[in-house]
Amino acid sequence: MLLLEKNSLTEEIEELVNLMGHERSSLLPILQALQRKHKYISDFAQQEIARLLDIHPVEVYSVISFYAFLHSEPHGRNIVRLCQTITCDMAGKDAVAKAIERELGITFGQTTKDKRITLEYANCLGMCDQGPAMIVNDRVYTHLTPEKAVNILNEIK
Amino acid sequence: MESSKDNLRAPVSQKPHVIEKPKDTSGIGGMITVEINEKKITVPLGTTILEACNDNQIHIPTLCHHSDLCIAGVCRICVVEVEGMRTLQAACAFPITAPLKIKTSTPMVRKARRHILDLMLSEHYGECYSCFRNQNCELQALAKEYGVDEYTFGHVNTPRYEVDRSSASVIRDMNKCILCKRCVRTCIDLQEVGVLEAINRGHETHIGTFLDKPLADVICINCGQCINRCPTSALRANDPSDEIWAAIDDPTKHVVIQTAPSPRAGIGEEFGLEPGHSLTGEMNTALRRIGFDRVFDTNFTADLTIMEEGTELLNRLKKVIVDKDTTVKLPQFTSCSPGWVKFIEHFYPEYLDYLSTAKSPQQMFGAVIKTFYAQETGIDPKDIVSVALMPCSAKKFECNRPEMRDSGFKDVDYGLTTRELAKMIKEAGIYLPEMPKSHFDEPFGDASGAGLIFGATGGVMEAALRTVYELVTGREVPFTNLNIEPCRGFDGIKQASVLLENCKDEYSFLEGVEVKFIVAHGTANAKKVMELLRKGLLSDVHFVEIMACPGGCIGGGGQPIPTSEEIRKKRAEAIYAEDESLTLRKSHENPHVQYIYEKFLTEGPCSHKSHELLHTHYTKRGRFIA
Amino acid sequence: MDISINKSPRQGAVLFSPYLRGEGIQKALEIGRENILFEIRESKLKGRGGAGFPTATKWMLVAASVAKEKFIVCNADEGEPGTFKDRVLLLEYPELVFDGIVIAGYTIGAKEGIIYLRGEYEYMLQSLEDYLSKMREDNLLGNSILGQEGFDFDISIRLGSGAYVCGEETALIESLEGNRGEARNRPPYPVNTGYMNRPTVVNNVETLASVPHILLKGGEWFKKYGTDKSTGSKLFSVSGDCTRPGVYELPWGTKISELLEIVGGENAKAVQVGGASGSCIPRSQFDRTLAYEDAATGGSIIIFDKNRSMLKVLKNFMEFFVEESCGQCTPCRIGNVKLLEGIKDIERRNYTFSYINKLKDLGRTMQVASKCGLGQSSPNAFISILENFKEEIFNYNGFGGTNGK
Repeated sequence: MLLLEKNSLTEEIEELVNLMGHERSSLLPILQALQRKHKYISDFAQQEIARLLDIHPVEVYSVISFYAFLHSEPHGRNIVRLCQTITCDMAGKDAVAKAIERELGITFGQTTKDKRITLEYANCLGMCDQGPAMIVNDRVYTHLTPEKAVNILNEIK
Repeated sequence: MESSKDNLRAPVSQKPHVIEKPKDTSGIGGMITVEINEKKITVPLGTTILEACNDNQIHIPTLCHHSDLCIAGVCRICVVEVEGMRTLQAACAFPITAPLKIKTSTPMVRKARRHILDLMLSEHYGECYSCFRNQNCELQALAKEYGVDEYTFGHVNTPRYEVDRSSASVIRDMNKCILCKRCVRTCIDLQEVGVLEAINRGHETHIGTFLDKPLADVICINCGQCINRCPTSALRANDPSDEIWAAIDDPTKHVVIQTAPSPRAGIGEEFGLEPGHSLTGEMNTALRRIGFDRVFDTNFTADLTIMEEGTELLNRLKKVIVDKDTTVKLPQFTSCSPGWVKFIEHFYPEYLDYLSTAKSPQQMFGAVIKTFYAQETGIDPKDIVSVALMPCSAKKFECNRPEMRDSGFKDVDYGLTTRELAKMIKEAGIYLPEMPKSHFDEPFGDASGAGLIFGATGGVMEAALRTVYELVTGREVPFTNLNIEPCRGFDGIKQASVLLENCKDEYSFLEGVEVKFIVAHGTANAKKVMELLRKGLLSDVHFVEIMACPGGCIGGGGQPIPTSEEIRKKRAEAIYAEDESLTLRKSHENPHVQYIYEKFLTEGPCSHKSHELLHTHYTKRGRFIA
Repeated sequence: MDISINKSPRQGAVLFSPYLRGEGIQKALEIGRENILFEIRESKLKGRGGAGFPTATKWMLVAASVAKEKFIVCNADEGEPGTFKDRVLLLEYPELVFDGIVIAGYTIGAKEGIIYLRGEYEYMLQSLEDYLSKMREDNLLGNSILGQEGFDFDISIRLGSGAYVCGEETALIESLEGNRGEARNRPPYPVNTGYMNRPTVVNNVETLASVPHILLKGGEWFKKYGTDKSTGSKLFSVSGDCTRPGVYELPWGTKISELLEIVGGENAKAVQVGGASGSCIPRSQFDRTLAYEDAATGGSIIIFDKNRSMLKVLKNFMEFFVEESCGQCTPCRIGNVKLLEGIKDIERRNYTFSYINKLKDLGRTMQVASKCGLGQSSPNAFISILENFKEEIFNYNGFGGTNGK
C-alpha cells in the first residue's frame, strides 16, 4: 500500500473512531462502515483500528472472521448474496444459482476478474414468503427466476 | 459489578461473568447449603459447583477450566445435573446462589461426557504414542477415565492444519487442538500479549494469529505460558534435543551445559515427585552420565549479572544525582527475562533506555564459556557446544538473537527446557531421583544463593539489594537472615524501599537516599508498571524487576506441566530453602566471580571489556505486523 | 428493491388492530410504572422469540435493580429460517415496536434503548432512522418525553453482520460489545449482568410490539385470546408449499390444520414448526395446537407437500447449523457436523441403523449439554424428521419413488 493511501485510510479510521467512540463496543460499527465502503478491511486498517481502540490486532481479525458479512480479503465492488436456506431452496434457488454462475463465469465464493461482482451464499434473508431472494449490496430482490436474477446482475456496474 | 477497562481487555465471552463472593460470609445468605450427590455441603455464595465439588472430594472432569484463568465454560466436559433445570450445567461456570440439588454422576451426565470426549477424539489428529504429551495429556487421561475403547464418531486420518514451526520457541499444531481456549485466555488475559484468538466460526473455528500469520511474524514474546496451560500437545516448545544428542555423540565436540536455578526445582515433577523437591546434585550426575563434558551453574553468571547490573544502577544513580545528567534514565529495569525484553521491544520501544544493558545470565555465560573458559582450558571455541538448561521457552529465541555472538561464535548454541532435559534423562535410562549427588564443575563451581533465588519473582531484586546495599554501606542488608521479605511472595506488583545510611565515602552521594523498588511478574503486571512509567508516576523509583512469567522463572514456559499457583509456590519454597542452606549467599562474595574480575575482566564491572561481552543492546520492534 | 408490502390493512386481533403512534407511551406515562408492570403481568405475555420467558418477570427484575445504568435491547436479529414477522413489523408497524421500546425503557428505568437489527435487514435502516427522527421531533424520544419530567430516553440502531447465533440474547450482547457473537455462561443472566455488565432487558420485536396494545386495552383483554398458558395472539411467518405465504396473526392455540386451511396448505405432508431449530410435525399430528405448551414456535411455519424429500429438507437444516454454530462449545461445534455427515451417509445409502441410532443419541446429548439455545435445539429437526419420516427415508424401493424430488 502506498504511503498516501495509508495516510488517508488512517484519517478515515480516526474519523470513524471519533464519531463512534474509542470503546470496544464501537468495533462492529467501525468495521461495518469500512466494509461498506471498501468491501473489505485490510490488514493495515485492522491494525489501525486495534491501535485506536486499544485492543490487539488479532482480536479485530477474530471478530471479522466470525461475521459472515465482514471480510479481511479484497472483494468485488458489488457483493451478491443469494439465500440458500430452506424455503428459497425449495422455491428454486439452485436453478438461479446455476444461471448466475454460468452467466458470470465464476462459482459461489469467487469474484469476477473485473472485480465487478463477488458471489456468496447467505443464510435465511427473511424473505421466505417471496423466495428465491438475494441481496445485492444492501438492496433486496425477491421472487427470482434464473432470467430475472441474471438481468439484475447484468445491470449493476 | 463495575467493569474496569482492564477486564474489558479480555475476550469478553470468557470474562468471568461470575457472582462475586461476599467479603463477609457470616451475614444472611452469605453461606448456602446445597445438596451434591445427596450430601449436604455449605459454601459461600457465588462458589461454583466445581469449586464446591473440589473441596469435597467429588471429582469433576475438566478441560477448558484452569485455575490461573478466567472461566470459559466451553468444553462442556464438566456438565452436571441441577434439579429443576432442563439442560445440564457446566460445573466450572455455574455459581451457587440458591440451595440446589446437584448430581454429578447420573446416566445422562456420564453419557454426555462420553459423547463430548468422543467428539473431541474424532477431530484430534494423531496417535498418543507419537506425541510428546503422552502420559501427560488431559485429553488422554479423560479418555482413560471414561474407558474410551473405540472412536464412536470416527477419527481424522489426515491433518487439517499445517504445523507452525516458524518460531524459535513455540510450535503450534492445531491438529491437536480441542479449542479449550486456555491459550487465548493466557495470551490475552493473563499475559496481555494478544497473539492468539479464535478465528472463524463453527466447525471452521481454530486458534490463530493475526491474519493467520506464522508465529514468528507476529508479536509473540515466546513466554510459552500457553504451552504450560495447553491440555494437549497443540502447543509445545521447539525441542533441540536431537541436535544436542548429536553433539554429545560427536567426539570432536566439547559439550557444556549451564543449568538455571528453576529447572532443578521443577524437574522432579517429571519423575513423579511432588512439586518442591530440588534435585540439584542428582541432576549434575545425570547430566554427566548423559554425556555432557562439563556441568556449570547459571547462578555463577547470575552473580555476575548482579555485579554488572548493580554497578550499572550505581552508575546511573551517580550520573543522575551527582552529574545531573538528564539523559540517564531511572528507574532501571532488569533485563534477564527474554520474554519481558521482547515485550518491551514490541509494546514500549520508546522506553528501551530504561532497560539495563546487562545480558541475561544465560547469555553472559555463553559469552564467558567461549572466551574465558576456552582460554583457560585451551579448547578451541569452535569446538565448544554450549547448551543452556532453562525453565524458559523464550531463552530459545534469545540465544538465536543475531546480536548474541560477542564471543565471535553463537554464544549459546541451544536453549533446552526442563521438560526436554527430563525426556533426555529418561531416554538415557536414568531415574533421576535415585542419582547420587555431585557438584558443579570448575572453574565456575560455586555460586551464591543470591544467584539461586533469581528463579522466583523478586529474586533478582533481592540478590541485587544484598550486594548493592553492602557495596554502598559496607554492612549487610538490614533484614533477618538476609531474607528480604518484601521481595518475596506472589503479589502481582510488589513495592518497597531500603534506606541507605552511613554510606562509604565513595558513595556519599547516596547518603539518606531511600532506594525504592518495584517487583512485577507476568507481562500483564509489567504492562501496568509501564503505564505508570508512561504517566510519570515512577519518577521516585530506582529499580524495577520484571519477569515475563507468572511466579518468575519457576513458572516459566519450559517448566513441567501442569502449572498452578500452588505448584509455583512450592517450587519457589524449594529455591528459598536451598538459598538459606548455603553459606555463600551474596553475589559479590562469590570467589569465582572475584576470580573472573581478577583474571579476565580486569577493569571490573561495567568496564569496556565487560561491555563488549556482558552487555547488549535492544531493538525497537514496535507493534506493527507487516 | 422489490419487497412486497401489504397494501391492504392486515387482519388481526391484537398486533394488527388499529393503533395510533404514541398512544401507548401516553397511556404508560398516565398509569405509571407499577400499573404497567401489573398489566403486563396480568396479560401473561411471554417472550415471542421462542423461549417464552414471562416478560413481566424480566422487566420487574431489572426495574427492581438499583444500578444507575440499565438498558433495553430490542432483538431484531430475526434469523430463524422461515421467520420474517419482524420484517413486517418493522416495515409496516414501526410505531408499535418503537413505542414498545420506549414503554419498556420507562418501566425499567433505562435511558437508552438499542435495536439490534440483523445485517440482512440493512435496507430498512434508513427508513427506521427517519422514523426515529420523527419521534424525536414529536418528543416521543429525547428529554422529558411527552412532558414527563425526568423521563429522558433515546433509541439507537445497531446492525448485525451475518451471524444467526446473535439472536441468542447473550451472544447478541457480546456482539453489541464488539465481540464475537459467542453466548455467555448463565447465570448470571442479562437482567443482572447484561450489556456493559449493566442490568439489561432483551426482548423480541414482537414482544415489544404487543406492549402498547396491552396497556391500551388491558391485560384482561389480551388474555381473552389464546390459551391459559399461551395468552394473546401470535404472528406466524408462513412459507413453503402453500398458496398464500405471508405473515398471519392468529390466536395461540390455533390448530395446525386450521392454519393450513387459512394459508392454502391443505396438501401438506409435514409442517416444520419453529424453523430449523423447531420440530417437524407429520400430517398425523396436524390436530396439535400452536402454543407454548404444545407445538411451541417463535412463529416460523414451513410447509412441505408430498413431493418434498424430507431428507433434503433435513440436510438443508443441518448445513445451516454447521455454518451458523459459533463454534465455542464442543457438542454444537462438532456434533452438528457429525449429524450432517450422518445425513449424507443416508443419502448415499451407506449407513448402519446402529450408527444412526448413535447419532440420535448424540443429538439428545447436544440438546442438554450445549452451551446455548442454538446447540440445544439444532438436533430437534434431526431427531424429529428421522423419527417421523422413517418410512420415507429408509424404506426406498429402488424405483425412485419415495425419496421425492
